[in-house]
Amino acid sequence: MSTSTVPEAPTAPSLLAGSVEQPTFGEAIGNYVRKVRGGDMGSLPAILALAVLILAFVVMKPETFPSTLNIANLFQQGAVVVTIAMGLVFVLLLGEIDLSAGFASGVCGAILATGLTAYGWPWYLALAAALATGIVIGLLIGTLVARVGIPSFVTTLAAFLAFQGVVLLIIGAGGNISITDPVIVALQNKNVPPLLGWAMAIVAVLAYAGSSLRTWQLRRRRGLVAAPLGMVVVKIVALSLVVIGMVAILNQERSLNPLRTSIIGVPIVVPLIVTLALILGFVLTRTAFGRHIYAVGGNAEATRRAGINVKAVKMACFTICSFMAAIAGILAASRATSVDPNAGGSNVLLYAVGAAVIGGTSLFGGKGRIVDALIGGAVIAVIDNGMALLGYSAGIKYVVTGAVLAAAAAVDAISRRRARATGRG
Amino acid sequence: MTQAPDLAPPPTLEVRGGRKNFGAVHALRGVDLVARAGEVTALVGDNGAGKSTMIKCVAGIYPFDAGDVLFEGQTTHISSPADANELGIEVVYQDLALCDNLDIVHNMFLGRELKKGFRLDESAMETRAAEVLASLSVRTVRSIRQHVASLSGGQRQTVAIARAVLWNSKLVILDEPTAALGVAQTEQVLQLVRRLADAGLAVVLVSHNMNDVFEVADSINVLYLGQTAAQIRTKDTSRMEVIELITSGSAGMPAGAVAPRPSPDAPERATRVASATATTSDATTTTNGSTSA
Ligand SMILES: Nc1ncnc2c1ncn2[C@@H]1O[C@H](COP(=O)(O)OP(=O)(O)OP(=O)(O)O)[C@@H](O)[C@H]1O
Ligand SMILES: [Mg+2]
Repeated sequence: MSTSTVPEAPTAPSLLAGSVEQPTFGEAIGNYVRKVRGGDMGSLPAILALAVLILAFVVMKPETFPSTLNIANLFQQGAVVVTIAMGLVFVLLLGEIDLSAGFASGVCGAILATGLTAYGWPWYLALAAALATGIVIGLLIGTLVARVGIPSFVTTLAAFLAFQGVVLLIIGAGGNISITDPVIVALQNKNVPPLLGWAMAIVAVLAYAGSSLRTWQLRRRRGLVAAPLGMVVVKIVALSLVVIGMVAILNQERSLNPLRTSIIGVPIVVPLIVTLALILGFVLTRTAFGRHIYAVGGNAEATRRAGINVKAVKMACFTICSFMAAIAGILAASRATSVDPNAGGSNVLLYAVGAAVIGGTSLFGGKGRIVDALIGGAVIAVIDNGMALLGYSAGIKYVVTGAVLAAAAAVDAISRRRARATGRG
Repeated sequence: MTQAPDLAPPPTLEVRGGRKNFGAVHALRGVDLVARAGEVTALVGDNGAGKSTMIKCVAGIYPFDAGDVLFEGQTTHISSPADANELGIEVVYQDLALCDNLDIVHNMFLGRELKKGFRLDESAMETRAAEVLASLSVRTVRSIRQHVASLSGGQRQTVAIARAVLWNSKLVILDEPTAALGVAQTEQVLQLVRRLADAGLAVVLVSHNMNDVFEVADSINVLYLGQTAAQIRTKDTSRMEVIELITSGSAGMPAGAVAPRPSPDAPERATRVASATATTSDATTTTNGSTSA
């Protein structure tokens, strides 16, 4: 038996050993089109829907919808849903669900409010108590799901009911705790000074440009496949235009009566959410822990055999989700300047799940990004806001939002089937 | 292949008299195995003979109840998968254990990611993965950044095997790696298995397919009802004899003769091993012609 008779494998289509062919701009676009055709659409449907919706509302309500006041309003309206949705992405990536996130945010908001008013705590103490409550809730749910082994649907449905009761117990039926602490109220009602807004925008754009160019250069130098430079530059320019355009709009006076009160600047909640999104996005895409989350969602048994503590990963994801719910509860309390027994109830949770799924996060696990929550949240906020401006009742708004969610879930299911058929994950 | 089995350094893995009971079920009743560096050792036997159990004992999923395990000549006790990994034992399970939603690089490094501080060192992992695949002469993959879901069965096996050799492992155990593959892909995977051994690793290959076994194995270990019937050099045996060992636990009958039902008790085993090796050296030529198509 001699090894020399083992024929060499065919050498034609190799991008592996050192001699990589870098894709051209056209090829990169071609690859993207192929990816979308293959069923991996990512956020594309949501971005298209967003564009269509914005266009439609601008045409139908040209004087109010695109006004600077309303644009700022959109950010503040969407903040709560987007924050919960970002946390839900972690749970959805596992292939699990957290139905209790809405009322978890309510519980945390109620803790914040009672801390501030009933106990007269300083804002930072009340804030810390609310966030700690979120972590405890997450650990509890995580334990029930990962260690006890109750399906997350059932666990969080039970928690949904129980937390609704907890909010009621804390606030008292028919009660309402108002929030007057200036710091907490500022979160959702005040703006960043215009100059600081510009400074942050420029830093953000430069940081993005710097890091993506550096990654590109590093990959080229190591002989790894990198996106064509043109593509990198196009992305940088597009992001800069969006960021600078938004800051320019929000830095205009938008008060209806500028002589009495001036409203100017980027809402404080915007940099807050951007920061949260950057941190969570970093965790998901750049750390081993984030990689393990995707792995659990893809094949939990394989992940276990790879020596990863699957239970710990699940616990951590549920904890992150509830922690984000706590932040959302604080933002909701700040926006309403009060907490009532229905805090975190009604459509909050469904809007949040809808935001993640509309943005392209799969309900089947293993696929999703933080930016999905932002894009999907924008779709929901625009529908909610635009239809209210058009004078539709809450009933019609719910029906439309429900239909959009069903459509997004259908896109998810169909693209998954298609991905199976074309062999993409 | 050069072979100097007797003068060579101690075998990478040696199991002596391994036993394993599951309650009243005597799954392994005395198994012996020698796996040498640079060689493919096939582990064959009928369904339920104990192949998977033996592999799991070596991999540390559950330890042997009795018997000795020697790794590179040293007596060792492997009581967990982590112990096995530490020694340099990697197992490619039959059901693969890959994550479809991750790309090739991510799968190869799953659980042992390279990091720069907190951050994943993507380009280092990608470079290393490309090196390993290239060293295994894998050239059928379009891009190592493609999701594993888009790979064929053979390519997936390749990734699973590459994952196993990434960690300068010394012993790679493959449980029926070609069971679900077509002709061409089986060929690819067998070539890869051969290259692993040629690169100096000890390879244990579990298979039901005699063609595969005779194509790549240097040595064949036959299990029969939880006991080692024989471990024979491939060049000293024939398909007929191995099949006979698998089905009846003994060999050495003239071709065509009906093998008697053996009574499966231990003392007889030693002689069977001896006789099997002694009586079949004439079969060498017939077994080698058909290899490496
Ligand atoms: N966990 C277990 N508990 C009880 N009995 C077991 C267990 N695992 C294996 N066995 C028994 O041990 C014997 C050997 O099984 P094993 O899976 O090792 O066979 P095998 O040679 O791998 O067979 P196959 O070719 O079908 O994969 C069988 O009789 C089986 O029923
Ligand atoms: Mg088996």
